[in-house]
Amino acid sequence: MHPYPFEYHRATSLADAMTLLTEHGDDGKLLAGGHSLLPVMKLRLAQPAHLIDITGIQDLKGVRVDGDTIEIGALTTHHAIATDTTLADRLGLLPEIAHVVGDQQVRSRGTIGGALAHADPAADYPAGMLVLDAEVLASGPSGERVIPIADFFLGFLTTALEPQEIITAIRIPALPPGTGFRYEKMANPASGYAIVGVAAVIETADDGTVSDLRVGITGAGDVAYRATGVEDALRGSMLDEVTVKTAASHAIDGIEVLGDVHAPIEYRGTITKNLTRRAILTAFERARA
Amino acid sequence: MTPSPRFPISTTINGAPRSAEVEPRTLLVHLIRDEFGLTGTQTGCETGQCGACTVHLNGTAVKSCMVLAVQADGQEITTIEGIAPRGQLHPIQQAFWEEHGLQCGYCTPGVIMSSLNLLAEHPDPTDTEIRDALEGNICRCTGYHNIVKSVHEAATRIARGDQPQPIRTPE
Repeated sequence: MHPYPFEYHRATSLADAMTLLTEHGDDGKLLAGGHSLLPVMKLRLAQPAHLIDITGIQDLKGVRVDGDTIEIGALTTHHAIATDTTLADRLGLLPEIAHVVGDQQVRSRGTIGGALAHADPAADYPAGMLVLDAEVLASGPSGERVIPIADFFLGFLTTALEPQEIITAIRIPALPPGTGFRYEKMANPASGYAIVGVAAVIETADDGTVSDLRVGITGAGDVAYRATGVEDALRGSMLDEVTVKTAASHAIDGIEVLGDVHAPIEYRGTITKNLTRRAILTAFERARA
Repeated sequence: MTPSPRFPISTTINGAPRSAEVEPRTLLVHLIRDEFGLTGTQTGCETGQCGACTVHLNGTAVKSCMVLAVQADGQEITTIEGIAPRGQLHPIQQAFWEEHGLQCGYCTPGVIMSSLNLLAEHPDPTDTEIRDALEGNICRCTGYHNIVKSVHEAATRIARGDQPQPIRTPE
């Protein structure tokens, strides 16, 4: 399978990339790892006439720590995130997610910026970003801005990015010590995408009750979401198998669950509830450890 | 449809410098197979799932059907043909042969390139680590059981310093 013909440009800097994007307007598309864009181009669902390769922009790679805030360059690969010791130490949910994205070949090319900009409904990071209170840093013709993650994912393959904006970094507060987390995923065995993925972050009070619970779900609907029904049911409570199962039954409240060849609607809904239950229980065990 | 202007690229492939002028839309797998004539790398699903197209780009396993040839400009490519001198078998190839890690052989070049990536980072992997590392390679024949055995055997041979050997004719 081959994409339609296009012209290829290599951006040497962020400014260069923005100039090229402005020059080519709707006909221009950024190329990073290419593992979301190239598949759609090969299927000819996307036919950009100009590809702007930004993989040479070194400034956009790497993990930086500033006190309790961690900043991850948009061009950082899933492999780099999965193996980063600072992230393992201070933001462990993120490497846990990165490690199960696709497969080892995909992880060596795919980038966090690319994954978020594409916002595939079955991508893994969105569930994690939603529970980590991330911020997306973007640069565009009107300057730089910070997009809170709660405002970022708008719908199916749709984000709050303006047409000529480039994600430069993702900023995430480090998880306080003692925070439990877990990413629970049912992966499509061929593509590695999430049939359903559930990210949970939990903080417990001294008396063992849940002081904060955040649950992010991907793959179940056409966009990743926070399962606030689940969170509300457990916040302030003691957590046990029964209360978690009851809370997890709210995992798909208000969601139009997707049905497809990988999972019919009812099956996908059931998986979502089960993975939610497992993610919370595991996160809770880790918080208490 | 009018092809787009050709883009010149230079690569090092299996240690040798090779240049080409390609349409930007040319995939790396087609550069390797059609332009450079190295047909050990396979096209399977063409959608980036099966891993039969796996090669090393700068020493790291990638799916060459998911990389544009122009993105390999200035990079080092290693294909299955390049892991041992011509006419010889790398210890991992020897291991796959002796442990029956292949049947039709279509997935095998990709499996080997992915396995070499794993062994470079984890010289003594567990079964789970092998299976995780091979999630991006689909095999329809073997059920993966002997692939796992072959990778273990390869790990042993590489660790003890085995070198590529000329292909032995069975007695």
